[in-house]
Amino acid sequence: MAGQFAASTRTDDLPEAMAELAGEFHELAQKERLQLLLELANDLPDLPDSYAGRLGEMEKVDECQSPVFLAVEVDSDESRTVHIFLSAPPEAPTTRGFAGILHESLDGLGAQEILAVPDEAPYRFGLSEAVSPLRMRGMVGMLGRIKRQVRAHTTIDERQ
Amino acid sequence: MTTQAETSQTDAQTKLSAYAHPERLVTTQWLAQNLGADNLVVLESNEDVLLYDTGHIPGALKLDWHLDLNDQLSRDYVDGEQFAQVMGERGIGRDTIVVIYGDKSNWWATYALWVMTLFGHEDVRILDGGRAKWIAEGRETTTDVPTVEAVDYPVVERDDSTIRAFQADVLKHLGQPMVDVRSPGEFSGELLSIPDYPQEGAMRGGHIPGAKSVPWGKAANEDGTFKSREELEALYQDEQGLAPSDDVVAYCRIGERSSHTWFVLTHLLGFEQVRNYDGSWTEWGNSVGVPVER
Repeated sequence: MAGQFAASTRTDDLPEAMAELAGEFHELAQKERLQLLLELANDLPDLPDSYAGRLGEMEKVDECQSPVFLAVEVDSDESRTVHIFLSAPPEAPTTRGFAGILHESLDGLGAQEILAVPDEAPYRFGLSEAVSPLRMRGMVGMLGRIKRQVRAHTTIDERQ
Repeated sequence: MTTQAETSQTDAQTKLSAYAHPERLVTTQWLAQNLGADNLVVLESNEDVLLYDTGHIPGALKLDWHLDLNDQLSRDYVDGEQFAQVMGERGIGRDTIVVIYGDKSNWWATYALWVMTLFGHEDVRILDGGRAKWIAEGRETTTDVPTVEAVDYPVVERDDSTIRAFQADVLKHLGQPMVDVRSPGEFSGELLSIPDYPQEGAMRGGHIPGAKSVPWGKAANEDGTFKSREELEALYQDEQGLAPSDDVVAYCRIGERSSHTWFVLTHLLGFEQVRNYDGSWTEWGNSVGVPVER
């Protein structure tokens, strides 16, 4: 896994919105990358009424150092559009920023597009150096759980 | 007429004066009154690297435990030259009074203080209650990052022999007082990392034989301040039988939580010989042939 932390600038195997965001990060100097991460933390949308105050019914992301909760909904349209709901506390801006990256990159994509996202995609944003490998695992955990939920939703439906 | 704030301030001062080295702590009131003073630099050191950017004490500068204090290649702290740069670019000279504060009951602030002590920086203090207390009291914060004129900080060789323990030192220390400051589940070997944190980094669970379990957070109050001298004496001296003259080694997973306990034992209780084993469980639990107890 030695290569896991090596800075990768490859984006051609990422969904369009994610590739664009990764490109934005790479154009910035380290300190400015943290500023962009903070903007994404601030832009993470609040949970809709259907989830607000019902964190217990969402999936807890154990890989994160702060309480992060996740829910995934999959539409029954042809591309199986995925909706992602993430909640992270304001006193954990880094974790919120990770949630913001994933929301901005993946919300509204089709199930197959999300399942095709490489598991190490979180390391493509040039953040490993500024944020430390330990913290990066939080985002890897979030992505893994999003994909697992998408898989679960689509597999169950196929059996019906 | 004495206001409520003034009364609690007097209480805070009284609490501090009972510690062995009260000069190592400042109250929020003291800091508010001394902000902007010549020869004072305030540093914020957090677990969350973005927290400073969301708002901080006016004039405070960010110190990142990961980027500024750790060597980026080998598992060690920065060397004298790197440290001089980190200090100098923050306008800190050898005689500057440095006050550090942070999130999570000053967990990372005490870690930064411990590293600064390796380099023998003389006057470095902790803001009692840290970031949480400053904010809870409704004191001013800002997102403005101050511009600092760099100064020359001397290149000082790090002293790893006094307050730092390496694995070989700990092996020689077996049978003498040791404090394991991790959570009970990590101590018993059931967990390899803090609950809710990634389970990572060790092949074996358990603790170093003979270590006493005193989770670091027991030394802190709900509001992030340190417990009183009396409460701390009860915790470490009465319950665990440690004495200020003991030669003590403290450890956790990577040496950060144990910096908090090192600070408490050394500066608040006046223990004379406390070393922090920063290799901690991520080294011990991965080492071949070292004894482990469950």
